[in-house]
Amino acid sequence: MMTFTLKEVPTVPLEAEVLSPDRIVGLGIDEVRALPVFHGKRQHRLEDFFEIDGDGGDELELRGDLGRVKWIGRGMTRGHIRLLGNVGMHVGAYMTGGTINVAGNAADWVGGEMTGGTIHVHGNAGGQIGAAYRGSMSGMNGGAILVDGTAGIELGMRMKKGLIAVKGPVRDFAGLQMKGGTIFLLGGAEIRTGAWMTRGTIVSLVPLRLMPTFHFACSYSPSFLRVYSKRLQSSGFTVPCEAFNGSYRRYTGDSSVPGKGEILMWQPG
Amino acid sequence: MLRIKGGKVYDPANGVNGRVQDICIANGKVVASVDAGRTIDATGMIVFPGGVDVHTHVAGAALNFARGLIPEQHRKAVPHLHTKDRRAGIGGTTPTTFATGYLYAGMGFTTVNEAAMPIMSAKHTHEELRDTPIVDKTCLVLMANNEIVMDLLEAGDFERAKDVVAWQIWASKAYGVKAVNPGGVAAWKWGKNANQLNDAIDGYSKVTPGSIVTDLARIVDELKLPHPMHIHCNNLGAPGNVATTIQTMQRLEGNRAHMAHLQYHSYGGSDWDTMRSAAAEVAEYFNAHKNLTADAGAVLFGTTVTITADGPWQHLLYQLTGRKWGNLDVENETGCGVVPFTYKQNSIANAIMWAVGLELLLLIDDPWRIFLTTDHPNGATFWRYPEIIQLLMDAEFRREQVKKLPEKVLPRIFIQDLNREYTLYEIAIITTAGPARALGLSQKGHLGIGADADVAIYNENKDVAHMFSYPRYVLKGGEIVIEEGEVRKAGDGHTFAVRPQYDEKIEEYLRPVFQQQYTMSFENYPVPLERVHALEIVDRRTTS
Repeated sequence: MMTFTLKEVPTVPLEAEVLSPDRIVGLGIDEVRALPVFHGKRQHRLEDFFEIDGDGGDELELRGDLGRVKWIGRGMTRGHIRLLGNVGMHVGAYMTGGTINVAGNAADWVGGEMTGGTIHVHGNAGGQIGAAYRGSMSGMNGGAILVDGTAGIELGMRMKKGLIAVKGPVRDFAGLQMKGGTIFLLGGAEIRTGAWMTRGTIVSLVPLRLMPTFHFACSYSPSFLRVYSKRLQSSGFTVPCEAFNGSYRRYTGDSSVPGKGEILMWQPG
Repeated sequence: MLRIKGGKVYDPANGVNGRVQDICIANGKVVASVDAGRTIDATGMIVFPGGVDVHTHVAGAALNFARGLIPEQHRKAVPHLHTKDRRAGIGGTTPTTFATGYLYAGMGFTTVNEAAMPIMSAKHTHEELRDTPIVDKTCLVLMANNEIVMDLLEAGDFERAKDVVAWQIWASKAYGVKAVNPGGVAAWKWGKNANQLNDAIDGYSKVTPGSIVTDLARIVDELKLPHPMHIHCNNLGAPGNVATTIQTMQRLEGNRAHMAHLQYHSYGGSDWDTMRSAAAEVAEYFNAHKNLTADAGAVLFGTTVTITADGPWQHLLYQLTGRKWGNLDVENETGCGVVPFTYKQNSIANAIMWAVGLELLLLIDDPWRIFLTTDHPNGATFWRYPEIIQLLMDAEFRREQVKKLPEKVLPRIFIQDLNREYTLYEIAIITTAGPARALGLSQKGHLGIGADADVAIYNENKDVAHMFSYPRYVLKGGEIVIEEGEVRKAGDGHTFAVRPQYDEKIEEYLRPVFQQQYTMSFENYPVPLERVHALEIVDRRTTS
């Protein structure tokens, strides 16, 4: 395992996509210290910002408040990153495999356009989780993002495949223009959930204020939810057991597109 | 002073076909001999005149609109970092201004023709071209949907229409006239199109697409512009449009014309299910009519963005693809549409397009009349030209590529039966000498005495795609601008504009029309001389 301890919070955000197992594995400690990072427009060495210890490998531990460090784990395919504090924007963007664990809060664009692997944020997350970057046809296309706290706007925007689960409430436009995949909202959402969605599933354990372009279809107990609950439990993401066996109201939309997506709302009791 | 020694020279305009000879350069021109200065040892290398792109879209409002619409393509583009001699930018499908100059020069091209400039955004276009280093530039001004001109033609006032066209060329500091979907873009303002040459155009009773084609070509010839009317025919992209294309060429008999991106106009069949290549029909007619030149507008597979003044076609393309769509209305002059597009090898329509571009290049027998383009960025980006050169020079390689296409395509194309292979001499014609001659740039595209010393020197290599991608040296105006892929000196290129003959009193006619119909004032409309950097004027005023 290699540990990276932030010396002090940078004045402007630091772009550190080198903090990824793919970039570090097989390098000696001196080579790791010399890896390039961008502080604003200036290029620096990784050791200018971090105390680096341990030996190379697939496992990185990042210590300190990394709220201003961006692009950690960008495009990673393997290994494990453990962040003991907060993390800045774009953590795990474009990742295809491996795991990222964030003990604190994460900023916007967690797992942007990721296609595989798992990101677990134990605090709150910002906006555009698993979303498509501006202009892209699709966002997240596989993998899982789990958030124990709350999340911001445009969660899963244009996502095509994969899983996003959030325990706390999320803000507007969850599942915006969603094309596939599954979003679990354990704490509900603000307004315009599923706007422009064409396919995919949004499950909410809290009643949502739906747009008029979603239409009630039926009440039923979807069996696939029980498979999902096992998947979530195994990642240490606990959900009330009764919710996954209960009855759900199914709404289809967004008929303004028109779309074939679904929103499932739990009816407790 | 400089001597290029011992290279194999390909200079078709002067009949030089691979002869080993020295090229001497002084004061930016090719001269007979020099007695001092640097010598470039070009032994084992081939020497071409600098490339000339007769049809590309590299500056202006439409291109910038496209740049804004496709951040996802920019993210994947190659970054060009700032160095001592080079400004920062990105490559990709719509390279930034500085990168455009570096990339063209980096491929051995030293002159480009921006093929679609509305007068309304002429200032913007010239300012972007100023920031496009190294290469020389010309622009064509969009005319075939200009409502002032159309109104005059409707009224039968041909002479005044001619004065207006001439005035607008000089006002926009353009080099020639472009016609895009004549009448169709004007109809698009009413939500309609004009696919056929006899279609009615809303608001007009006498003027039809066909009459615009003929009248505008006649105006261009009577004004003695160096480049003929540059026409993007009606009915672009549609299966069965070969009929419209041939009718357009028939309407042009007796006048000169340049048929732009002919690939997009050479489809048979009646719908998407029956679409087939009609390159043979087009090439047969074209070969027999020497008043015409054309550029290929070839397609290569991959993601790009389509940009054209043909607004109605772009709306159809948007409906076909379900991707993003941008539409601009340019007051009384023209329009513009932008749609990102991916040409897929496994799509039957796209595979036919790929084949048609190459078939035209192979079937049109006179290389002096067909030029290499991709209608950048519509068919593919310009920096992929070397891939097309490889396809033209190697029939075996071409057949290997055909094997990757879906089997259903084979009965609809015939590229697999064509054995012609381009020689280096012919490649020099379709990339340098031919387009320079079609543009009427007598100092470009050759290495005879007095020519501009724009030279591309390549390490001879059987892998022509590699050879043409990485010139060993590129000279522009006698200075070494590229050396082994590195920019050595990025000076500014010139802009050529034509000053045609017109009656100065035409302004008295135009001013009130403007004040009534335009949002900008008449005084702000023309591009002042000092706004165009390094302007070289081709004066076509007759002294009477």
